[in-house]
Amino acid sequence: MTQLATNISIGRLSGYDHDFLLRLYEQMVQIREFEEGVKYLFLQGSMPGTIHQCQGQEATAVGVCSALNEDDFITSTFRGHGHALAKGLSMEEMLNELYGATSGCCKGKGGSMHMGNMSKGMVPAIAIVGGGIPLASGMSLAFKMKKTSQITACFFGDGATSEGAFHEGITLAAIWNLPVVFVCENNLYGASTRVDKVTRLKKLSDHADSFGIRGETVDGNDVIAVYEAARKAVEESRNGDGPVLLELLTYRRTGHSRRDACHYQHTDEKKEWFDRDPIDLFGRALTQLSGIDENQLEGIRDRITQQFEEAVVVAQKEPQPSLDELTTDIFA
Amino acid sequence: MAVAEITKRLSIAESLRQAITEEMRRDPTVFCMGEDIGVPGGWGGAFTVTLGLEEEFADRLLDTPIAELGFFGAGIGAAMMGMRPIVDVQYGDFLFLPMDQIVNNAAKMRYMSGGTVKVPLVMRAPIGATGRGSQHAQSMERYFIGVPGLKVVAVSNAYDAKGILKSAVRDDNPVLIFEHKLLYGSKGARAESGAVDATSEIPDEDYTVPLDKAAVCREGSQVTILSWLLMHHYSMSAAESLANEGIDAEVIDVRSLSPFDYETIGASVRKTGRVVIVEEGPKTGGVSAELAAGIMERFSENMLAPVHRVASPDVPVPFTPVLEDAYRPDPPRILEAVRKIIQH
Ligand SMILES: Cc1ncc(C[n+]2csc(CCOP(=O)(O)OP(=O)(O)O)c2C)c(N)n1
Ligand SMILES: [Mg+2]
Repeated sequence: MTQLATNISIGRLSGYDHDFLLRLYEQMVQIREFEEGVKYLFLQGSMPGTIHQCQGQEATAVGVCSALNEDDFITSTFRGHGHALAKGLSMEEMLNELYGATSGCCKGKGGSMHMGNMSKGMVPAIAIVGGGIPLASGMSLAFKMKKTSQITACFFGDGATSEGAFHEGITLAAIWNLPVVFVCENNLYGASTRVDKVTRLKKLSDHADSFGIRGETVDGNDVIAVYEAARKAVEESRNGDGPVLLELLTYRRTGHSRRDACHYQHTDEKKEWFDRDPIDLFGRALTQLSGIDENQLEGIRDRITQQFEEAVVVAQKEPQPSLDELTTDIFA
Repeated sequence: MAVAEITKRLSIAESLRQAITEEMRRDPTVFCMGEDIGVPGGWGGAFTVTLGLEEEFADRLLDTPIAELGFFGAGIGAAMMGMRPIVDVQYGDFLFLPMDQIVNNAAKMRYMSGGTVKVPLVMRAPIGATGRGSQHAQSMERYFIGVPGLKVVAVSNAYDAKGILKSAVRDDNPVLIFEHKLLYGSKGARAESGAVDATSEIPDEDYTVPLDKAAVCREGSQVTILSWLLMHHYSMSAAESLANEGIDAEVIDVRSLSPFDYETIGASVRKTGRVVIVEEGPKTGGVSAELAAGIMERFSENMLAPVHRVASPDVPVPFTPVLEDAYRPDPPRILEAVRKIIQH
């Protein structure tokens, strides 16, 4: 069984400088603030479309992306806001996208489920479950053939492991030894269906055996554990030691989508995971370090809240595409 | 929820639920397979069609992994062995995953076996642009018409939805039913913005609606408007406006997309001599292309004007509402097309 942390001992933070640790914290807070703010805007009715959010899963996105270089790439899913922020997309370009503005990261044509920015190493997210997995293998095939040292981190959920795309995509990466890390965020549910109802494996990382690659299951709410597992996996895949399958155990604190009241999640289970909130866990550990105190963390949270609020005001007034835009961007 | 408690005016989601319930009670070989269809505390599928059915049919509401090729294929296999499965995708766009099983196995099995195999399979898929972006929006009918061995229908109101689903369950062939997200009438948190009322009075007695018949929903003499799903509702409202301008339009819900009901359509065309086809989805290669060609081949001597089509531009469905609204044909565009063809 993978150990699930109820606290992060400060001994585990000793090798890291404070700036790095505070950056991890800030990035997680940014994702939480963004998601909570966006949820409010949706409920208020001011934002169009639908959303799939990642409150409670901040440590997976931040831990993995912190182990990547700027020119490395990620692929993501319908639940991609956290991945995007962690890979360096700005709250501004994402809010503008959610409001359908031309200044959005995909000119308003993509929307919540297709966030991306090629210049920041994120291809538009794929909303078809499992659809990003073969893409990630292909991207890494290109990196290998072109002899760049880039890698791809491919995010997907527990639900994706049943799709053919998962098995076909990873098989290719395995036989060609491609520089890619497959990151399965196991939040225990695919939509409303609990993971144990749709697999007989106890650990999804055991799928790695069927591909002949290394697999590892990690506490996905412990950002340091995620970072360390990701760094090792990234190093191996970059060095040509094959793709790795990481399973990160986590939990979504919110509905599957905006429209989901989540009645199928059990109260005890919710409590157990809410008590292990990734931001609280890490925040508590940070304040035990000498030189970091709660005021500092509060300062970070306030700064981000303010930045978000300012970005919303701007996004709501950003110009919408003209109708000519409907028929542009079809072909290169 | 017991069926008896439901009021007689039902939404499409409710009438489909009623049809599935009644067919499962009638025939123990009928069962459902799909994602999130029978989870207690869940949603009854993406649009509430199977909500609560797991209480009565614990063993016949199979929640699947996210494996569309797998469970559609399994549905075909079970059908070949005498079961009558109903399988669904949460969004029509996902039909590309099981498409191989549908086209290569389900549709061809009868022919390849020299008429010895039956595949009594029902498939359901919601379509339509609804603010969700390019991969949860496509009009998928175009990809499945013209597949020999496959019946394709589209349901625009609750009465038809119930009767057509029953016919599909009782049919010995694979039937693909298209439904529209804005027509379900899903309630509560699952309600859709921009939804259109597609409720109907549902009779107490058992009834079916044939899979191969179009329906004349408004009689008229000057022009025939052909459409289905959401566009049928838009066509009906356009016809009302046209009446105020003194233009008498006949509106037909095409319903049966493969094969087309040329008998009903032909009778109308012979009367009006003018045809406007309205389709949500790109114009090129659309259902309306086949329908227009079929009409011209059969009825050209009756035509007073070339067939006119109203469809979406040849682009993926955009996310941003201003562009999505421009993408989807609407009543004003239908009016414009009809006025033009009347002047012809
Ligand atoms: C091919 C496909 N089938 C079904 C869906 C509908 N759907 C969207 S998200 C989802 C659940 C995904 O679960 P998981 O992979 O665990 O990701 P999570 O939502 O937990 O992040 C489903 C069934 C889809 N988008 N694509
Ligand atoms: Mg999941």
